Parts: sequence; C-alpha cells; structure tokens
Amino acid sequence: MLPEIGQLALILALLLAGLQALLPLVGAQRGSEPWMRVARPAAYAQALFVACAFAILVRAFVTHDFSVAYVARNSNSLLPLVYRIAAVWGAHEGSLLLWIGILALWTAAVARFSRALPLPVIARVLGVMGLVSFGFLLFTLLTSDPFARLLPMPSEGADLNPLLQDPGLAMHPPILYSGYVGTTVAFAFAIAALLDGKVDARWVRWSRPWTNVAWALLTTGIALGSWWAYYVLGWGGWWFWDPVENASFMPWLAGTALIHSQAVTEKRGSFRGWTLLLAIAAFSLSLLGTFLVRSGVITSVHAFAADPARGVFILVFLGIVIGGSLLLYALRAPRDDDGAPFAAASRETLILANNLLLTTACAMVLAGTLFPLFADALKLGRYSVGPPYFSLMFGLLMAPLLLLVPFGPLTRWQREQPSVPLKLLVPWLGVALLGGALALVALPGAWWKPAAGITIGFWLLAGTARFVRRRFALAGQRFTAEMAGMSLAHTGLAVFFFGVLLTESLGVQKDVAVMPGHSVEAAGYEFRFDGVERIQGPNYVADHGSISVTRNGAHVADLHPEKRQYLAGGQVMTNTAIDPGLRRDLYVALGEPIDANGGWALRVYVKPWVRCIWLGALMMALGGLVTAFDRRFRRPAEAR
Amino acid sequence: MLRRVLPLLVFLALAALLAAGILLSRNPDREALPSTLIGRPAPAFALPVLTETGTPSNAQLIRNSDLAGRPYVLNVWGSWCVNCREEHPVIAALARSGAVKVVGYDYHEEGPEDAQRWLAQFGNPYAAIAFDPEGRSALDWGIYGAPETYFVDAKGIVRWKHVGPLTEAIVANELMPLVAKSGAVK
Repeated sequence: MLPEIGQLALILALLLAGLQALLPLVGAQRGSEPWMRVARPAAYAQALFVACAFAILVRAFVTHDFSVAYVARNSNSLLPLVYRIAAVWGAHEGSLLLWIGILALWTAAVARFSRALPLPVIARVLGVMGLVSFGFLLFTLLTSDPFARLLPMPSEGADLNPLLQDPGLAMHPPILYSGYVGTTVAFAFAIAALLDGKVDARWVRWSRPWTNVAWALLTTGIALGSWWAYYVLGWGGWWFWDPVENASFMPWLAGTALIHSQAVTEKRGSFRGWTLLLAIAAFSLSLLGTFLVRSGVITSVHAFAADPARGVFILVFLGIVIGGSLLLYALRAPRDDDGAPFAAASRETLILANNLLLTTACAMVLAGTLFPLFADALKLGRYSVGPPYFSLMFGLLMAPLLLLVPFGPLTRWQREQPSVPLKLLVPWLGVALLGGALALVALPGAWWKPAAGITIGFWLLAGTARFVRRRFALAGQRFTAEMAGMSLAHTGLAVFFFGVLLTESLGVQKDVAVMPGHSVEAAGYEFRFDGVERIQGPNYVADHGSISVTRNGAHVADLHPEKRQYLAGGQVMTNTAIDPGLRRDLYVALGEPIDANGGWALRVYVKPWVRCIWLGALMMALGGLVTAFDRRFRRPAEAR
Repeated sequence: MLRRVLPLLVFLALAALLAAGILLSRNPDREALPSTLIGRPAPAFALPVLTETGTPSNAQLIRNSDLAGRPYVLNVWGSWCVNCREEHPVIAALARSGAVKVVGYDYHEEGPEDAQRWLAQFGNPYAAIAFDPEGRSALDWGIYGAPETYFVDAKGIVRWKHVGPLTEAIVANELMPLVAKSGAVK
C-alpha cells in the first residue's frame, strides 16, 4: 500500500510544482500580488510531498519490500542497513528521486532565505525552479517510476552492485547532486532577471552566495567520486575522462567561470550578458550531463540504463528549458553590455581571460565527449576519444590560466599600472622557476612533470600569500570573507596541481606474482606478502590478504586487501588496502591466485602526494563556501 | 544581434546532434546488425591469440574454423571498458560452470600489456582470446563497442547477440536456454 502512496505523493508534488511554476510566473508578468504569493507555500508543500515519497522509498529498502521492482533489483536481505539506504540512489529511478528531493530542498531554502527580495523576483525565481521540478517529476512518473510493483513478489533481491557498496559512494551522489541541482538557483535568478527586463547587478548579488555554495558542493562531489574511483576500482587512477566524469566536470568548469564573472558583474556592472549566459550554461550542462548519462546516447557502448524513451523525453525537456532560456536571452539580453569602462591592464581583463580559458576548456571537454557521437552520425566511423586528447588539451588551456591566477587579486579594477603587480610577483615567479629547475636536476629520470608540479604549486602559493600580506599591510582595509575564500580556493588550486603532477610522474606501480613470505620492493618500501585466508562478511565471502610493509627495516603498515565474492549475484570485487599519508599512499590490490601453493598476483603502488589532489579540491570547495558567507551578501537587498 | 542569437544557434546544433544520437541508438542498423547476423554463419576471422604473457603475433592465429564443431560464446571486451569489469564475474561464472566454451575477443586495445594487466587483476575466464586491437574483424561481426556477447552454435551459426554487460538474469533467461537447446558440452 505504501508504495502506491509514494506514487500518489509524487503526482501531488507534480501538480504543486506546476502550480508553483504557473501562477507566480504569470502573476509576476501581470503584477498580480496574490498569484505571486502562491510561490512560497507551493514550494514548501511540494518539498513536503517529495520528502514523503523519498521516505517511503527508503522505508521500502529498509524493510526489504521486494514487491517494489526497484528494491528487488537493487537490494538484498543480507545487505547491511547503511547500504540499503544508499541503495535508494544506487540506480536510475532512485537517483532521479534523489535529484528531485535535492531540488525541492534548494527551492525551500531559497523560499526561506530570500525574504528580503522584492516579491516579483522571488515569485519568478521560485516559478522557474518549479518548472524544472515539474519536468523532472513528469520524467520520473512517465518513464522511471521507482514505485513500480513486481508481481509475483520475489523472495530475494538481486543485491546492490558491489561497486556501490562503499561509504564513499553512499555519500558521493547526494553531494554531487546538491552541486548539480544548485546550479538551478543561479539559472532561476538569471531567467527571473531576463523576464523582468531589468538586467542589472542586483540579481547577481542575490544569486552569488547560492552559486558559490552550489559550486562548493559540486567540487566536493566530484572530489569524492574521484577518491572513490581511486580506491574502489583498484587501478590507482583518480580521473579517467570517461563520459560520466566529463558530465560532472563540464558544469564545474562553467560554474568556475560563472563565480568569477559574477564577481565582476556585481562589483563593476561589466559582463552582464556574459554572466547571464554562463548561469544558463552551467545549468544547461548539468541537464546535459543527466541526458548523456541516462539516455543511452553516449553510453550506448557502456550501456547504462539505456532507454531511448528516456532519451527522447530528456531531449524534449532540454529543448524547452535550454532553448527557451537562450531564446529569452536573444530577445532580452542587455544591449549595452558594458558597465564601468576598464583599461587593458585591469582585473576585468584578467577575469575575462579566466573566463575565456575556462569556457574553452569546457567546450573542449564537450567536444571530446560528443565527438564519437558526431562521427557516428556523419558516418565517419566509430571513434573513441581518450585521456591523451583530454590531458593534452586541458594542460594547454590550464597553463596560461595558472600563470595568471596570482595576478588577478593583486591587480586593481578598471585600471592598473602593469608594473605594480609585476614588481610584486615576478621575484616569486623567479623563485618558483628556480625550484622547478632544481627538481629537474634532482630527479633526472622523471622529466618535466615534477618540475612543473613544484613550479606551479609554489607560484600559486607564493602569489596568493603575497596578496594576503599586501591586504594586511594596507592600513584600514578589511580582509573580507570573500577574500579569505578566494585565497583559500587559490591555495587549494596550488595543492591540487602539485599533487596531480607529482603523483602522475613519481608514482611507482608493480604487478608481481608472490608466494607467501616473499617480498616486493617499490620506491624504498618493502612489501612482504604473508598469505591469504578465507573470511566471511555479512553478504560476501572474501580472500583476505596480509601484507606487511617496512622501510629500512622499520615497520610501516599492515595492509589487508580483499577479494570479495558477493553471495547474491556472485560478483567478485577487489577491495584495495591503502595506507594513506599526506606524502604518499601505499596501495595494494589482490589479483588472482596463481597456483595451489598460496601464490597470488599482487599489484603494488606507491603514490607520492596523491592526497593533495583531494585536499586541494576540498580547499577549493571550502573557499567557495567561505565566500558565500561574506557580509556583503547579508546586507539588505537595496542598500548599497 | 548575431552575438545574442549565437548561443541559441549553438544549442540548436547540439540538440540536433543529440537527436541524431537518439535516432542512432534505435537505428535499425545498430540494433539490426545482430539480427542480420543471427541465423547466419559466424563471419570468418583469423586473429592473433592473446595470452597472459608475451606479444600476440601472426605466428599464432585463432580462426573461426578452429572453433567449429562445438558451440561457443564470444565475449567482446577491452581493458578500457568499464562495464566489462562489471560483467566480468558473470562471464567468469559462466566459464566456470562449464556449460559452454567462452572465447574472448579483445577489442580496440592500445597494446597487449593493458589487456594482460586486466587479465592478471581480474582473472582470465576465457578458453582463448582473439586479439583485435584495430578492429580488423570487428566490422564483420558488427561489433560497435564492448561489452558485447554472441552465441554461436556447433554448426557455426550465430544464434544470439547481446549488447551491454551480461547479467546473471540475461545468462539464465536468454543465453542458457539456447545453450541447452544446442546441447552444448564444453
């Protein structure tokens, strides 16, 4: 009975979303206050019904209600409770419901924390968000019903994909989706401004904190996904440039450009049309990601919930939402796009360069992701675009960006003597290059990557530190949360690139066959294989390996990689064992037994500085979050 | 004016491409390729054999004539293919069950080392592996990606094709009945 109530709740939520979209949007056009006032209560009520449906699906998983087809496909009576809850968003239907739930939360948050805004603005913003929610609810109900029954009821479920039975993956989708969906807020504000016709800096000020929070969540979500891939897949890699990853990276690149251009528009009034376009783009790319991952268009090769009916629905939805927004933009975008005039040497120019490089990178990723489809459609043959293309192009685009980052904060708005920031920074650039040169000499075999890592890391770090020192040196200047957030994020960028380049170049990987008692040496560490025993987990049996790591005779760590066989599906999963450290990860994965005498194939990695990749990403995310809490955003809307 | 309409035009081009993608994904060509093959003799091929060590060469070839006389399952995979990792346990279980011979077809590989590393890590369930890094014979089979799985009966006739990862359910409900009908014994 409950699943039917869940379905009913979704239908009611759909109707409320329609109401939340229609009345306030029409009301705002006509200036009808009662119609506009519908927005808030409709948003709250919609959130309530969505929460209700979500809770019912969670309950179905917790109580093993295998009469619900989605539960039967993705759960099992042996599955531990925490993964039964995570299984709710383990596949297509449930993850869609999670998406809708998070959108409802964002909508309710906007309704709650935007009391100071003029009524027509909030009515339009909530109306646009209602429209998006309506589309997703309709999609769920028509093509992807999570409450569909399976009759007769199976006595046992098929179990959650073992790859997903992992704490990292339990957390990854909710956070990533929060970021994805959060781009809706900036989009809704942009559309509201276009509908209103007053495309000035106000909408940007209102939407900036929301954009920053969404961007921070997106950053965290991508970092979590990368961390999960690193330790679960057993390949030691942290980024694979596959279409699903690219789908999350494109909105991130557009979002990064957006948070920078929003700062310009808010403070200087420049780039107004451009900021609108980026807000539309970041949201559109989030939708496009959803389309690519779920329609079977790109993933036809890696079939993942491939269903052309879903593809058609999302494409029509994309057409209405994105096409409509861009049409609105074409009709309503400001004709005089310039705010305060600025000289060639100014912070505006630098942020423009930032925006161009980031959007080009985004277009590059989009082109690489869609090229196989394009070639296929034009009968040019079947191509796959791999990491070499992405890594090279991305590197080429990021190099000038990284060179420019420290100059941005130290360059004044509008007009700057180029000699001022140059004098402050060139000595540090010299030191950074010297450090790189030393690395080149000290690590002759490793070629340019560690040198580049050290140069880039030091350059960004020193450049950011120089800015912080200068701000404190100037008497009477406040050091705002916005500046702290920016400095933190730029420091994170330094840490990130340092980690990437050093891990990629100095990592050691060994694939060996070992007998119990034998050792493998990698990067100065001695890995002694002490054999494998059979153990029993809650829903799997495992070969539990023991490896003892020493360095110069001193004990470093005991590692226990496992090879698990899950009982329900029979799938085999490799569970890696990692001894993490800021300076290096020791990483071991079991391969296959090679003979009857206890010998195993073993894969051993030493990954220097790999933690910096995620630490850097988290620092960027935290920076975005800190910026969102700047006092300027809490001042009353009209005061300036 | 153009500047303001340009984003819309770019999006329309993109939407057209995506629509083409949807058409392609239901295009008879894509789906019907198996059905044109099904009921017909398996395409002839002669490809180097991939083993767990060493470089595949033309000195040691695997031909469809070598496989004739007994039914077999041809599983297309590649070390680059994420879903192949997902379906690997299912293939391994099928091979272990001894119900039918399972032949691997390593497709679109950069080099044998990648494939061998993959086999070392996940295990090699295949009775033999045909190595086709450039997709020489893939066109004849109508392979357009990995994973893909074919069932060929004792007379060398293609009886079944599945695109995407195999699951326990697909093996039990679709493949095994065909295997049973053909009276396959490994």
